[in-house]
Amino acid sequence: MEKQVREPGAPVVQFALLDDILNLARANSLWPMTFGLACCAIEMMAAGASRFDLDRFGAGVFRPSPRQSDVMIVAGTIAKKMAPAIQMLWDQMPNPKWCIAMGNCAISGGPFEYEEQYAIVPGAHLIVPVDIVIPGCPPRPEALIQGLLALEDKITKGEGRNVLRRFKRVSGGIN
Amino acid sequence: MDELVKNEAGDRIYTLNLGPQHPSTHGVLRILLDLDGEYIVKADPVIGYGHRGHEKMGENRLYRQFFPNTSRIDYLAGLLYNHGFVLTVEKFAGIKVPERAKYIRVIASELNRISSHLLWFGTYLLDIGGITPFLYAFDDREQILDILDTITGSRLTYSYCRLGGVARDVDSKFIDMTRAFLKRMSSRWADYEALVSKNVIFIHRTRDVGVIDEELARQYGVTGPNLRACGVAFDVRRSEPYEVYDRFDFEIPTGSRGDALDRYDVRFREMQQSCRIIEQALDHLPEGEILTPKVPQKLPVPKGEVYFAFESPRGLTAYYMVGDGSQTPYRCHIRVPSFGNLNVLNEVLPGTLVADAIAILGSIDVVIPEIDR
Repeated sequence: MEKQVREPGAPVVQFALLDDILNLARANSLWPMTFGLACCAIEMMAAGASRFDLDRFGAGVFRPSPRQSDVMIVAGTIAKKMAPAIQMLWDQMPNPKWCIAMGNCAISGGPFEYEEQYAIVPGAHLIVPVDIVIPGCPPRPEALIQGLLALEDKITKGEGRNVLRRFKRVSGGIN
Repeated sequence: MDELVKNEAGDRIYTLNLGPQHPSTHGVLRILLDLDGEYIVKADPVIGYGHRGHEKMGENRLYRQFFPNTSRIDYLAGLLYNHGFVLTVEKFAGIKVPERAKYIRVIASELNRISSHLLWFGTYLLDIGGITPFLYAFDDREQILDILDTITGSRLTYSYCRLGGVARDVDSKFIDMTRAFLKRMSSRWADYEALVSKNVIFIHRTRDVGVIDEELARQYGVTGPNLRACGVAFDVRRSEPYEVYDRFDFEIPTGSRGDALDRYDVRFREMQQSCRIIEQALDHLPEGEILTPKVPQKLPVPKGEVYFAFESPRGLTAYYMVGDGSQTPYRCHIRVPSFGNLNVLNEVLPGTLVADAIAILGSIDVVIPEIDR
């Protein structure tokens, strides 16, 4: 048998094609977590219901458990008391996983961010890694669909994700 | 939770943490349940996971800058909170409102009330295991959102009312859409009745479950459909009519047993009554202005306090404001119905099964960010 020559630094085992196929499969069967924080959750529900029907994009199977879901849609204002719970839920989700910040509150605090604000975390990116942001207050279901399609695009292309980035643990909240 | 609590037989009492992320806690409610086997011994709702500081924001803003906040306190009934807030400030500053604007406000508010009840209807049935009604209810709800979209430009968080009127006049398209919706709904009630109200599984799941008696309801300040299900015909629209509600002919549906089935029934009939109100308001919609032309930029707000109560889909809601003569309120307090409705669970849940806890929690229709505000 001919001895294989390997370039220095190249990976020993290559999964390029398999990865592409896996990414395609992942992109088209996203399972979001049933997880609403405030107003945006209603639009998220509306997006999953009769008229907008997220099932058309493979993302309609809302799972109640973080153990079964791929996408966390942070839909609503993140109160300081809630932030540790969100981090815990994110940690409970198996890899690969993605996060969508839906609505202005989850992006930057939105209308509730002002000088004397004491109650909220201004932005989901401060506690979990965010892939896609969907602006709006609340975004219409069409916008959520567009965001999900953008995420599917991102997954299909296999863009690298900084999954190892560490986030400061938020204290307080649960117990 | 270090020490183990035991019951009389010496078995361990198990503490179950329900929430803050749980598919049937409607947002971010957390309830600590002490369980003896399948039975609940103690229930302790923990609130505060949706606190955003609305009241504080009200004190930092001009009266007219608080509008966008009002629709986000209770996002299911944004227009009613918006409506209530302008009524409070109008009462405080003595601003007159044209007749046409009053009628438009009532029509929009009642549409919003139906959409809120429809959402409750869908999610409640989803909680106790029926997926189809959810899709039916959202289909109807989208019709309302379309109608409100044409005049308010928003699907959920409306800032439609203005001091002294409304932002935009209704046109014939709006009226046609509303009438078409009423016609659609009149045939829809029978569908819902056949699908849900007469469903044996649903009745078994909800009858005599989570009974709130009249005395308990009074003690905890339970209002809205939850109180009416106990047989008390209390509705702010009737007992202290605001806007033009005294000109309409509508009934206040009441129940008799005060259980989850009655609460369902009351909300169901309330939607029909709202349809009646809208129909009458459309018939008598007067012509004229929609906005008082001269609302001064600097509001004539006196020193003193004002309290104004209105009926939101969840019960008696009120704004209480203390003014110090400046353009921002000194204190802005919001009385929310869900707070009382939720805390009655302390008394109702003990003694019931865990599975019933979900059916009870869903039936009282709480909106958590409204409680935390």
